Amino acid sequence: MGRALEPLAFLSPTLILLAVLMVLPIVLVIGYAFMDNVVTNPDPEFVGAANLIQIATDPTFHIALRNTVVFTVVSVLAHMILGLTFAMLLNSKRVSVTSRAVLRAIYVMPWLFTVAVIAVLWRMLLAPSGVINYLLSTNVEWLADPRLALGTVTVINIWAGYPFFMVSLLAGLQGIPGELYEAARVDGASPVQQFLHVTLPQLRQIIVSLLLLDMIWTSAQQFALIWMTTGGGPLSSTEMLSTYTYKLAFDDYEFGLASASAVLVLLVSMVLAFFYVRHEKARES
Amino acid sequence: MTPLTTAKPTRTPSRDIPGRILVWLGLLAGAAFAGLPVLWMLSSSFKSNQEIFELPPRLLTESFSFDAYLAILGDPSRLRFFTNSYVVAICVTILTLIVAIHAAYAFSRFAFRMKHPLKLLIISVQAVPPITVLIPYFGIIVALKMYDTYPGLIFTYMLFTLPYAIIMMTSYMNSLPRELDEAVRVDGGSSMTALWRVLVPVSVPGIVSVGVYTFMIAWNEYLFALTLTSSESMRTVPIGLQLLMGQHSYEWNEIMAMSILGSIPVLALFLFFQRYFMSGLTSGAVKN
Repeated sequence: MGRALEPLAFLSPTLILLAVLMVLPIVLVIGYAFMDNVVTNPDPEFVGAANLIQIATDPTFHIALRNTVVFTVVSVLAHMILGLTFAMLLNSKRVSVTSRAVLRAIYVMPWLFTVAVIAVLWRMLLAPSGVINYLLSTNVEWLADPRLALGTVTVINIWAGYPFFMVSLLAGLQGIPGELYEAARVDGASPVQQFLHVTLPQLRQIIVSLLLLDMIWTSAQQFALIWMTTGGGPLSSTEMLSTYTYKLAFDDYEFGLASASAVLVLLVSMVLAFFYVRHEKARES
Repeated sequence: MTPLTTAKPTRTPSRDIPGRILVWLGLLAGAAFAGLPVLWMLSSSFKSNQEIFELPPRLLTESFSFDAYLAILGDPSRLRFFTNSYVVAICVTILTLIVAIHAAYAFSRFAFRMKHPLKLLIISVQAVPPITVLIPYFGIIVALKMYDTYPGLIFTYMLFTLPYAIIMMTSYMNSLPRELDEAVRVDGGSSMTALWRVLVPVSVPGIVSVGVYTFMIAWNEYLFALTLTSSESMRTVPIGLQLLMGQHSYEWNEIMAMSILGSIPVLALFLFFQRYFMSGLTSGAVKN
């Protein structure tokens, strides 16, 4: 085998799988987005941008877009704040090594459960006669009240997602040279100043990477949690771009419209991915 | 009397007590936030259904029993969900590792013209939202006669596991000295020999962390399991949980028991391989 072809031979299983399972579906979905009665009708009609226009002007799409943005931005910021707080607490020299190991195991737990488990667990906790209402002395329908549902699913997602930040930031904190803090202390920096002028700048690169990655994941991949807690309801109050698209396809069999919506979701993700790749390149050089 | 020369401000344990209390308060609040829901799940799985919503709620149950677990384990149709999840997740892990090891070898040890565009393609695949490919994908799987079958789910999951696996595996192999496998090639051995006889054995920590992560992704997947299977005998644990919720919506103890049983494989893998896994994950996901 020629030397030039050898690496491609090693890559061929990957390339075949990605071509059939990823590139082909993307090309097809873009094609579907411009057709009417696709999938259900053997002779679909080319309708140009009609599907895209109909989706882009659908009020429910606007609600889904707004919900996705709120859900994503709040989740990602909370993931970062909680992740950084816990990572710093776990990194504190005031706590023994054993206690830190035990606590770290507890903190990582939410991350180890599948979203389906997280969804049913929180449905039990949040039930009208459940333990959370008891502890708060309330009697609220957390997931069934249109004013509360979006906030509630966001909190569940925050619970489920911060450990990824925590684990990564903990690794980042342990990589900061101790001499930097030593020097800051000699200069009389308070703990707050040390955090602002040593810790944050040292973690900046990791934080930006994590924020971008989490935005990509949260905005596009929250389907299971929403589907198993609220199904997008009540009254579209937790409708996301993913549940909206799924319903168009598999409840209404509007595959052309669903594809148009899927293409818009893809565009949003590609913009985020572009910034992520650009940031990673800047980090490497 | 203490000499004045030692009056340098050192951290004595007594001075540190407020700081210590503050750190511990924060740590305990965080532990409650992360751990109490999980503890409640565990406790509910041992309760009777009446006791789960009894007021005031009790973490330690009086009517402690394994009934909910026995109900799940004694029901062949529910055990089937577990069998399906194990078959799919194990096959996905093995296949992903084989494919990813070869791809990572190409990226780590060869210079070729398409290297950077291909790497970029694999990184961007991670960013494609599953819902985007779902609609045409459904048609492709039906056309390949893989709808409602194990291979359908297995190949699908590789789509999500491969990009991570290749990126993590490449970064692991990059950290190993090139002299290791080059020696074999200089001696006239093939690249395959260099990879499998030399590089793979020393890559075990990397392979383990990639394997654990792959298994977790496959075990947890929901959207495609929901769409690409239809018969109850092909459903995986996450979908089984949803079915249990729909059909027996008041049997919370059984729902929680199934949640615990469905989390054990991932928890166990994580506990055993935590050391490998954490470092592998951070180097793969954050540093690329």
